Amino acid sequence: MHATLCEHLLDLVQNAVEAGASFVQVEVVETEAGDVEVTVSDNGRGMTPEEARRALDPFASDGRKHPARRVGLGLPFFRQMVEQAGGEFDLRSELGVGTSVFGRYRGDHPDAPPMGEWSDFVVQALVLGEGLEMALIREWRGRRVVIRRSELAEALQGLGDAEALALARRYVGEQEREILGKG
Amino acid sequence: MSKLTLEALRKLREAKRNEMARRESDGTAGTILIGMGTCGIAAGARETFDAFVEALAAHPGLKHVAVRQTGCMGLCYAEPTVEIAMPGMPTVLYGRVKAEGVPQIVEEHLLKGRLVSERVLDKPAVDLMKPRKS
Ligand SMILES: Nc1ncnc2c1ncn2[C@@H]1O[C@H](COP(=O)(O)OP(=O)(O)O)[C@@H](O)[C@H]1O
Ligand SMILES: [Mg+2]
Repeated sequence: MHATLCEHLLDLVQNAVEAGASFVQVEVVETEAGDVEVTVSDNGRGMTPEEARRALDPFASDGRKHPARRVGLGLPFFRQMVEQAGGEFDLRSELGVGTSVFGRYRGDHPDAPPMGEWSDFVVQALVLGEGLEMALIREWRGRRVVIRRSELAEALQGLGDAEALALARRYVGEQEREILGKG
Repeated sequence: MSKLTLEALRKLREAKRNEMARRESDGTAGTILIGMGTCGIAAGARETFDAFVEALAAHPGLKHVAVRQTGCMGLCYAEPTVEIAMPGMPTVLYGRVKAEGVPQIVEEHLLKGRLVSERVLDKPAVDLMKPRKS
């Protein structure tokens, strides 16, 4: 369903925000060895073991977010993507503490998704949770760039308007090119 | 090569700071809200979002319009959905707004103040807002 990793990431960040998190961290690490390791963690309301099990069932949603569609898709899609790419998936969640979603797969697996537009993902994640802190981390062969929502919001005097978002996107794009060695 | 640092971003925005603070706080610049739940994303809402950001940022009169996103709006069949609240106009919900459709909405709705009727899903009309007696 989702064509790129970034589409999955946005879905997972939305879940975190919807779970009432005040901090969300996304980390995408592409190792020297060619592995892709993805972690999305939050300090939101978390899930009981039973809720976590149900969350992985594509025919279950909590029935609050979209009463007209009772199937949840974000988590099952991500898991399916990781497993189709021959990788491993893990979901850890504790009620009242938070949730961490993890996936690791080979970047060169024929069914591994392309990265997608990282800078677009960052901007779209940034506008999601006003007032909450986010760390969006991209690492490529040991070179790492961390985007903190609070830092960008401060530099841009808020992230509300189109001009700020267009500038943020350019900034993130440049940071990305630099770690990828294309700067 | 000059790199865009946080410091450079700060400078680029500093000049406009006061003007912006005023406009943002009273909401006069308007708001674009894009539905980006799983179904919206699958239907291309990310590209739609991006198209709005770039189109508005490039326009002096529209660059302070707020662009936001929300999860599923419950209208999966009509994704991507976009709600537009511009000053002096009714709040309108448009459906099936792909990136290609963004220029028309910017031109008509945001600049000329005319609704793009064929894409309107919902607008607050008095008779629609009241519960129907049957
Ligand atoms: N990060 C999270 N924290 C707490 N609960 C979560 C989280 N992610 C998912 N869930 C729970 O799992 C359910 C299924 O999630 P998902 O597959 O993304 O579908 P949807 O978000 O459309 O309901 C959610 O409705 C929510 O109850
Ligand atoms: Mg979800």
